[in-house]
Amino acid sequence: MKARRRKRFGVVVRTLAAGALTLFFLFPIYWLFMISFKTPDEIFAYPPRWWPGRIQFDNYAVLFKDGDATTVWNSFVVAGASTLAAMFLGTICAYSLARFRTGGKHLSNWIISQRMVPPIAVVFPIFLLYVTFGWVDTYFGLILLYTTFNLPYVIWMMRGYILDIPISLEEAALVDGCTRWQVLWKVVFPMARAGLFATAIFTFVFAWNEFLFALVLTRTEVTTYTVQVTHYFGGQSNFWAKISAMSVLGTVPIFIVVAFMQRYLVRGISLGAVKG
Amino acid sequence: MADLRITGLHKYYGNVHAVRGVDLEIAAGEFTVLVGPSGCGKSTLLRTIAGLEDADAGTIEIGGEVVNDEPPRRRDIAMVFQNYALYPYMTVFDNIAFGLRARKTPRADIDAKVRQAAQMLAIGPLLDRYPRQLSGGQLQRVAIGRAVVRNARLYLFDEPLSNLDAQLRDEMRGEIKRLHQELGKTMIYVTHDQIEAMTMADRIVLLRDGTIEQQGAPLDLYERPATRYVAGFLGSPPMNFVDADLVGNDGGGGVRLSDGTVLGLPASRAQRLAGKRDRPVVLGVRPEHITRAGAGESRPGLARHLALIDLVLPTGARTYATFRLGGAAVVAELHAHDVSQPGERVELAIDMNRAVLIDPSTGHVIS
Repeated sequence: MKARRRKRFGVVVRTLAAGALTLFFLFPIYWLFMISFKTPDEIFAYPPRWWPGRIQFDNYAVLFKDGDATTVWNSFVVAGASTLAAMFLGTICAYSLARFRTGGKHLSNWIISQRMVPPIAVVFPIFLLYVTFGWVDTYFGLILLYTTFNLPYVIWMMRGYILDIPISLEEAALVDGCTRWQVLWKVVFPMARAGLFATAIFTFVFAWNEFLFALVLTRTEVTTYTVQVTHYFGGQSNFWAKISAMSVLGTVPIFIVVAFMQRYLVRGISLGAVKG
Repeated sequence: MADLRITGLHKYYGNVHAVRGVDLEIAAGEFTVLVGPSGCGKSTLLRTIAGLEDADAGTIEIGGEVVNDEPPRRRDIAMVFQNYALYPYMTVFDNIAFGLRARKTPRADIDAKVRQAAQMLAIGPLLDRYPRQLSGGQLQRVAIGRAVVRNARLYLFDEPLSNLDAQLRDEMRGEIKRLHQELGKTMIYVTHDQIEAMTMADRIVLLRDGTIEQQGAPLDLYERPATRYVAGFLGSPPMNFVDADLVGNDGGGGVRLSDGTVLGLPASRAQRLAGKRDRPVVLGVRPEHITRAGAGESRPGLARHLALIDLVLPTGARTYATFRLGGAAVVAELHAHDVSQPGERVELAIDMNRAVLIDPSTGHVIS
């Protein structure tokens, strides 16, 4: 009886603690969303208003009217294209590393070490290079760069997932009449599906959130939303309404993607935990 | 015509010389078992035939055509893997149909062939299930189904039964043999289990350290082993080996054990060995060739020995009794009631007609 009561008490405490933590971490996001619906008066009201008097979309309307919202589309194009490219190239590289021992024991370690390069250290040389090639402020330039930066991550993750696939499944397919490409398509992709999705989501998020290169390598044509947000911080004043509305526009797509892919995300992450 | 001909095959894994110059011919329709302890190169040999490993030297011909440089899909083979190698995201039907689809078989044919194979293996009701819903034995049937559904020239089995429990293994052994009789296909079967080899094979190829130690019909290998290794590998419990010296006089001959016991050889055998007198030999006797001596029984070549029994292992119809002979522990396979308890003294008869004599320096059987 006593033990049971104590157990129930433990559950209550844990639930409360979890609730408090969730509130703590969700609050900034809640605040962001609320500001985006507020009028300027409400934004600067003191004491702060927890809830806007009336849900209104003026802040968003301005972004669409001025064309600022296209920066979200730019982010989507750049992150989406670079994710597709990095996933395709990275997975076949990873397959080669895992199954043909390409580059011996150490190539894969060297590849992941590329991930450790601080972007700030290379941003200036890359800028000069891009100026020379005329790639500044182009989709191609950003996509190429994000693909390059994401490849080590994709290769490393996918190599782990591929190593987890029993090799006899692939051998059975080879004997049964498949080419290597068919093996990749019919066996490796379905077997590593959870890993593919998880890696793709992370890759997409990396590219989506990237700021430094986008800041340096874009002007007006392909500005991404992360850069656009900074345009609202002025010398005299900050446009909080626009900042928050833009941030919400930039956050919602990721929310949606993760909500749909959550199943794969959790499974994919735990899969990778077994063998890396 | 040979369906498979291997000539001078070598395979290295880094510094490890896994297959060392194997020559092998397998006739069409033959059931060949490659057997040997782990690391003897049998799986490597099979995988090289399948094209999953490249040969470093030598040629592999399938149906008269050299296939060394052909990828597995062009070798017209089907293979059953040790861990079943079924695709977890496909139903049993799709798993069995996989090879047919990969080879662009017409849809109607696929359906008919899969159902026929499923019926043959008694897995018809399982076609809509996924591998995770099946038991080990069912998984193995599906894996076999995936191979037999294809009309391949060569069927390869890589230790397919080693993940099953003993009872299922017995059952599946019979099943595979029956399948071979029904299909009449050329099959190569790899196992480390000598009982599996003995029961299933038309021909056993016994491998050791990457070379063929001996090959032939199961009973030939069992009754006429060429080397001590073969003699010791086949048979359960294994053959007993006792160090001895060849001795003899004009009237006959025998072997003298280290404790001075002399076991007489049949006259014809002794004569053939006359030139080798006083040389050390290893005497090899199978447990079933040691029996309880009947009173006054005396046949040529039957050596009598009064044994002090150390250990008694009853198995039902037979009882294994251990005793010491010339310093070695020797197992005799006796009738259930021939011996009852350790410490008993029993008069045993060793059939020296069936015993083998081995040259200890070379390991070859000399008589």
